[in-house]
Amino acid sequence: MAGGPQGSGVDSAANIFGRACCYGGLHVYGKREYHSNIKGLHSYFHIRVSKKEVIADVDRVDLLCAFDAETVVRHIWEVAPSGGVICDTEALSTRIFDVPTWMPPFIEEFKKALDSKGIMPVTVGDLLKEAQKNNVHTYAIPYIDLLKDIAPEIGEEKLSKLTRMINVLALGASFGLVGYDKEPVEKAVRTIFGDRPKIISMNLQALDKAYEYATQKFKGFDFRLETIPTDEKRIFLQGTQAAALGKLIGGCRLQTYYPITPAADESEYLEENERLQLEQSAGKQADGSILIMQTEDEISAINMASGAALTGARAATATSGPGFSLMVEGLGWAGNSEVPVVVTYYQRGAPATGLPTRHGQSDLRFALHAAHGEFPRIILSSGDIEECFYDAAQAFNYAERYQTPVIHLIDKALANSNKSCRIFDPSLIKIERGQLLTENDVQGKKYKRYQITESGVSPRLPLGTPNMVFWNTGDEHDETGHITEEPMMRTRMYEKRMKKMETADKEIPMHERVNFFGDLNASATVVSWGSPKGAVLEAMERLRQEGYKMSFVQVRMPHPLPKEYMVEVLGKAERKIIVEGNYTAQLAGIIAEQTGVNMDYFVLKWNGRPMSSDEVYEALKLIMQDKAPKRQVLTYGT
Amino acid sequence: MALKLTDYRTPVFVDWCPGCGDFGILSAVQMALVDMQLAPSRVAIFSGIGCHAKVPHFVNAYGIHTLHGRTLPFAIGAKLAQPDLEVIAVMGDGDGLGIGAGHFVNTGRRNIDLTVLIHDNGVYGLTKGQASPTLKLGLRTKSLPKPNINEGVNPIALALAAGYTFIARSYAYDVRHLKDTIKKAIQHHGLAVVIIQQPCPTYNDINTKEWYSGEDRISPETGKPVPRLYKLEDTGYDGVVRKADEAFEKYVAALTKAHEWGDKIPIGVFYQNELVPTYEERISKRIPSYLHNPPAKQSISDSEGKPITSIQEMLKRLQVTGF
Repeated sequence: MAGGPQGSGVDSAANIFGRACCYGGLHVYGKREYHSNIKGLHSYFHIRVSKKEVIADVDRVDLLCAFDAETVVRHIWEVAPSGGVICDTEALSTRIFDVPTWMPPFIEEFKKALDSKGIMPVTVGDLLKEAQKNNVHTYAIPYIDLLKDIAPEIGEEKLSKLTRMINVLALGASFGLVGYDKEPVEKAVRTIFGDRPKIISMNLQALDKAYEYATQKFKGFDFRLETIPTDEKRIFLQGTQAAALGKLIGGCRLQTYYPITPAADESEYLEENERLQLEQSAGKQADGSILIMQTEDEISAINMASGAALTGARAATATSGPGFSLMVEGLGWAGNSEVPVVVTYYQRGAPATGLPTRHGQSDLRFALHAAHGEFPRIILSSGDIEECFYDAAQAFNYAERYQTPVIHLIDKALANSNKSCRIFDPSLIKIERGQLLTENDVQGKKYKRYQITESGVSPRLPLGTPNMVFWNTGDEHDETGHITEEPMMRTRMYEKRMKKMETADKEIPMHERVNFFGDLNASATVVSWGSPKGAVLEAMERLRQEGYKMSFVQVRMPHPLPKEYMVEVLGKAERKIIVEGNYTAQLAGIIAEQTGVNMDYFVLKWNGRPMSSDEVYEALKLIMQDKAPKRQVLTYGT
Repeated sequence: MALKLTDYRTPVFVDWCPGCGDFGILSAVQMALVDMQLAPSRVAIFSGIGCHAKVPHFVNAYGIHTLHGRTLPFAIGAKLAQPDLEVIAVMGDGDGLGIGAGHFVNTGRRNIDLTVLIHDNGVYGLTKGQASPTLKLGLRTKSLPKPNINEGVNPIALALAAGYTFIARSYAYDVRHLKDTIKKAIQHHGLAVVIIQQPCPTYNDINTKEWYSGEDRISPETGKPVPRLYKLEDTGYDGVVRKADEAFEKYVAALTKAHEWGDKIPIGVFYQNELVPTYEERISKRIPSYLHNPPAKQSISDSEGKPITSIQEMLKRLQVTGF
């Protein structure tokens, strides 16, 4: 784990650490936590590294790499026995309660922890001595002295500039401590600092200095990290990047957004890559693009995307809860006018401003019910970073096939976690545009945009098609798209729209809507959606090894919910367990409402932090041992 | 074959109140399209919510009747995805300058090549005559329980401040002047707005047709009414910026004119500056293929549905093993 004040390079250090491990053939999963603040407040990255694929966060920290005193204090209890803490020698003498950035609730909790342990450390050094009793080793490094040592070589005397490299010093020391090969680390430094040769060379020297210092000074740390060569093609990225790539391959050509955490990263990444190459037939290429529009608000964002979608371009917007609240009106218009607009919805701690930079999973009901009236919509929920990619592309297919808004739910835990993934395979994606007509299809015929059909889907013509016209309105309308208030037409048109939901429910195959894991004959079934997927899978694997048979239904399409499937699978289970990141168990409620099947156990969490596999394991184990209360609330996370 | 006025009409019954200024505006729009011989399928008319919003249903062209105040975002989305379209955004004063004021201002920052028409009658007609954002302070139109407690916004000054590059005013009952002004607005290379003064015979009993034509003030010399509206072009006023260094001077002149109201109300072109790069040109600088291969024209898959967008370069930058 790497932690420090925001603005001190926690992100870049974690990225370098992660990439360096990836380059060495290791699998990496990194969880990022930060405050809604630009500079000064605490942030950290928790990185898991393994020979096998890693899919979730855990409670334990083996090596805490602290850029400041606060990081040591905040995370000291998480460090496992025989783990280590790398910190600044100067931090040792810092008086714990003198750290200026403490929030009162933290101090209260911290004092309680000290009381329960019966200890009274005054300084960070005292605290580390207490941890030593738990076999936690301290590796103090004189950051400033090391920086001053290298100052003449790199030709930079200003301390304010030198201290920007504390992150890389700490990183170098970490790798030295675990004896990791320096070459992949240097490669990672070069990649992260890109085209800035001076910065690269400064940082490489700092890295080298700390690496050698740790190798020579520190002995006896149990953990070693070794490279394992691999031929498998892997990429290292966060959820927002995966969704962006999915949108591009899925043909998105216009995306709108208003700045909001954590959704904005996706749009910015798209804008950086706005110029596209299109592979035409016979190996020819054409220039294409995706147009990214930063709008004045989210109201504009969704409506601009709808305006673009009318022309036949695949269009989307990306936002988080407060932004989606503003989009609701536009969502209803798109539903009524049958516009295939895609909303990528990054959930975060809610309601209101909530926890702007923290995890949350409490907007499923909102996505399902947003906007007045009734209209079809499709809701997708990705459970991991790979699914963010494939679902982002698939969302456009559903939107165009059923000519209705699609809401793709992602959450902060996926948005900002980094993972090494097998390289994405665009050939798994097929573009399906539904009943999209061209000029030739309608030439000489009378075209009615809202023709009443059996499936509810009316053939769609792009706005601007030569020799044609049509009308759209947010009012109820007749088949031509003109306003009507006639009750008969109202009944038929309403029904036509709603029928698309039944058509989608019939047509979309089960494997696109749920993932089933585990034992078909298991007596306990877990149901979940979104980012808890990884934690549930890891927990289940541990329980399987202990002899507990379980199955897991990951709902990837909460709407339309595959009702019969849920009834069939859950009907067999003696213990039906819901795991989700909110207070009211929203998915469990939706399942109960639509199928009559009630969950027996609830594992819930809303503290703004993603679920760790350890806490999910503990909760599920209690259930399997029949020792669990009906409702368990998880609280792990700093 | 040349397009005629009837080619721009639809069979939909026009349900405005008798004497409504909207009739004049509808005719002027259709006449402008005939004059310019713009094929119906090349034109997309967007509207918001209110009396004005029915305009697209009465014009035979692509017609998108959107949400209250949200006309511009929809219109911009379509225009930028398909820049060949001639996009006209029709808005009300309540719809466009009240609930949609944020979009009106921010659209000014973009100078997109589209035309904005604002029906300005000082009231919210369809909800029975409440004060709109342009109604002046202290006026009490007939369905207001109390005189208007808000100051009216000055749409011309607001458009100037926001960055519109063509700003004009016209009058719903001077259909010829209005048609010519709309034509100029459509022909303008950049973002154009026309504020259209429009009596509401049902709810605005102050700024009536008679008030605009000055029937309350008969000239002692001629014995005829002295109209409140006068044409800027008749006074030698020229709001067109022809050189970059005269932009500020013309801006100030337009702002001064914008504040004339009451006894003398100018109509015509207040300001026009085609030297400002359009949004489409700004995009093209970053994306050279944008105008010939805009979002709506790009193919995204081959005939079998295989995606054709290459993400190889992006994946390569993210790649960490298996080189």
